[in-house]
Amino acid sequence: MKSSMKSAAMSFAAAVALLGCGHKEETAAPAASGGTQVAGQGDNVIRIGHVAPLSGGDAHLGKDNENGARLAADEINAAGGVRLGEKIYRVEILGEDDKADPKEGTLAAQKLVDEGVVAVVGHLNSGSSIPASKIYSDAGVAQISPSTTAAKYTDQGFKTTFRVVANDIQQGTAMANFAINDFKAKSVAIIDDRTAYGQGLVDVVERVVKDHGVSIVAREYTNNKASDFNAILTKIRARQPDVIVYGGMDDTAGPMAKQIHQLGIKAPLLAGDGTCSPEFVKLAGDGADILTCSRAGEAVEKLPKGAQFMAKYKAKFGSDVQIYAPYAYDAVYVVVDAIRRAGSLDRGAITAAVANTDYDGLTGHISFDAKGDIKNGAISMYHVQDGTLNYLSTTR
Amino acid sequence: MGSWDTFVQQVFNGLVLGSLYALIALGYTMVYGIVNLINFAHGDVLMVGALTALSAVALAHGLAPGIPGWGLMLIGMLAAVPVCVLISLLMERVAYRPLRNAPRLAPLITAIGVSILLQTLAMIIWGRNHRTFPQLLSSDPIAIGPATVTVTKLLVVALSAIIMVALLLLVQRTRLGRAMRATAENPRVAALMGVNPNAVIAATFAIGAALAAVAGVMYASLYSVAHFYMGFIPGLKAFTAAVLGGIGNIPGAMLGGILLGLIEALGAGYIDQFSDGLFGSNYQDVFAFIVLCAVLILRPSGLLGERVADRA
Repeated sequence: MKSSMKSAAMSFAAAVALLGCGHKEETAAPAASGGTQVAGQGDNVIRIGHVAPLSGGDAHLGKDNENGARLAADEINAAGGVRLGEKIYRVEILGEDDKADPKEGTLAAQKLVDEGVVAVVGHLNSGSSIPASKIYSDAGVAQISPSTTAAKYTDQGFKTTFRVVANDIQQGTAMANFAINDFKAKSVAIIDDRTAYGQGLVDVVERVVKDHGVSIVAREYTNNKASDFNAILTKIRARQPDVIVYGGMDDTAGPMAKQIHQLGIKAPLLAGDGTCSPEFVKLAGDGADILTCSRAGEAVEKLPKGAQFMAKYKAKFGSDVQIYAPYAYDAVYVVVDAIRRAGSLDRGAITAAVANTDYDGLTGHISFDAKGDIKNGAISMYHVQDGTLNYLSTTR
Repeated sequence: MGSWDTFVQQVFNGLVLGSLYALIALGYTMVYGIVNLINFAHGDVLMVGALTALSAVALAHGLAPGIPGWGLMLIGMLAAVPVCVLISLLMERVAYRPLRNAPRLAPLITAIGVSILLQTLAMIIWGRNHRTFPQLLSSDPIAIGPATVTVTKLLVVALSAIIMVALLLLVQRTRLGRAMRATAENPRVAALMGVNPNAVIAATFAIGAALAAVAGVMYASLYSVAHFYMGFIPGLKAFTAAVLGGIGNIPGAMLGGILLGLIEALGAGYIDQFSDGLFGSNYQDVFAFIVLCAVLILRPSGLLGERVADRA
């Protein structure tokens, strides 16, 4: 009798503690967004949402993007904020974690919309951006992605989807041309991670490469949580391709490159922007220098304001830029520029103003076409050598 | 490269994978055999082992940069094993022992809770990012016959084989082993014979945890990554392997582990040939689970038969 009362009391206490914890989290959020007031207008704050994976395999990339966005917000606030009429507003970034999962992405999107953001910079992964874009479109919130490259993102006919990077049709074509012209490949093996991004990218590569008479000797699949690729790589090794093409992110590409090296496969690895990071080099170890990768934008470090940004980022956050921090930075500036031109914090007005953007950012000149893609997007190719990513060329 | 060479390579790949699964599966099977509990947190013990080794190796390398790779690996394992054993004993004492006579569902849910707790603690301590496990042994390819191997892969297979033989000897030839077998068969009668069931159960958890720690360090060395949820999928697969071989049955877990590794490697390698291109290598996991279902339908107690406690 006594022990069951004790356990009942303990479980009651545990339940109260859990409830308390949960409640505390919920009350924290409304306090941050200034209570139940309307879209970003309480307390002279402009709320811009940011969604990226902050946990899991892409966490380093998500944090990178968020840092870029926060750097921009801090700079804008330090320079005096945004003046609209009589009031001066400061910019606040509401960061959400979508764990690179489409389901979490839609939850994060709905949460931001409900919290009254005027625009969103995000998401990072195409697989998360695409379902979330419906939610933003329904709410009329402009969504500017600094890293979503899947073609489908802007193909949905929404007025609110924009991106400051090139899309996968350009990227896949550039990759395929590199395989044909630079690697002089006659046969390729293709692997993708079955995400919206990985699959979409290599489908473009496959199409272009086939049109040029190159044979696809192997078509393999994995997933974005896998770490063992020995079986599919052994199969590919038997077919002896000239190049291995991979559509996926650096947290899978790294181990894959390592295993390619360990199996004694001599073919180079050609992959997209999701792999083109310093983190890949760390994960791939001895196998890192087989990678040639593309980035869906200009080589930022070569642009006039690029080196300065890299230094400022490193000084503030203590780590190097991974891939898309400069683009998240520019996306925030594009939003603020749109707000200034629209002269209001109305979501619809801001979205219309974003569509008419004509802005010279850190990453180059930014203006959008009718679908929301950036005009004159560039694709830069890199190769890993001696532990760093070396710039090769840019196609526009 | 001939198709025979490829086959041998795939078999070797499967052996490497299977050895890891076998080590982890032993932990599941021993605990189930003795207390009828599926310890869902066992995969996370592997994760704690891997991350502890990561920190230990980083610390050792920082203090004495001259230590060779295999020395660091040893240090990692020596650090991981006690930590995992401690965590496992704590789990048993705090979470499972009070529920020893509770209805079956309670310890099961507790195990899930412990798993989430371990993952969250690991996320707080080691961060949310994937951590790179340093390359301690050379990863240059070595050709042995038609297969291409590395030192790490050979180590995994060899170490697992040695450990499994040692465990079989322990269980069959020592007093503790006899006590474990007796407690597994009938705990009450064993207690009448002078066996302390609590001590034996704690020892079982400890041995399982030590195996998981070694498996964790090997897993991290093999794939060069460690992160807070890395234990989930290997844990699930190892549990599948234990069931495949016959839950509660120690040789069964070893067989089940190796077999599952082989099925996965050969499945991924040949599935599109079997299905004429209908199913690709993305069905690798599906293939493994289909085999499991087939075995259980035809032989429900697993390949070598179940061995569970006789709760008369």
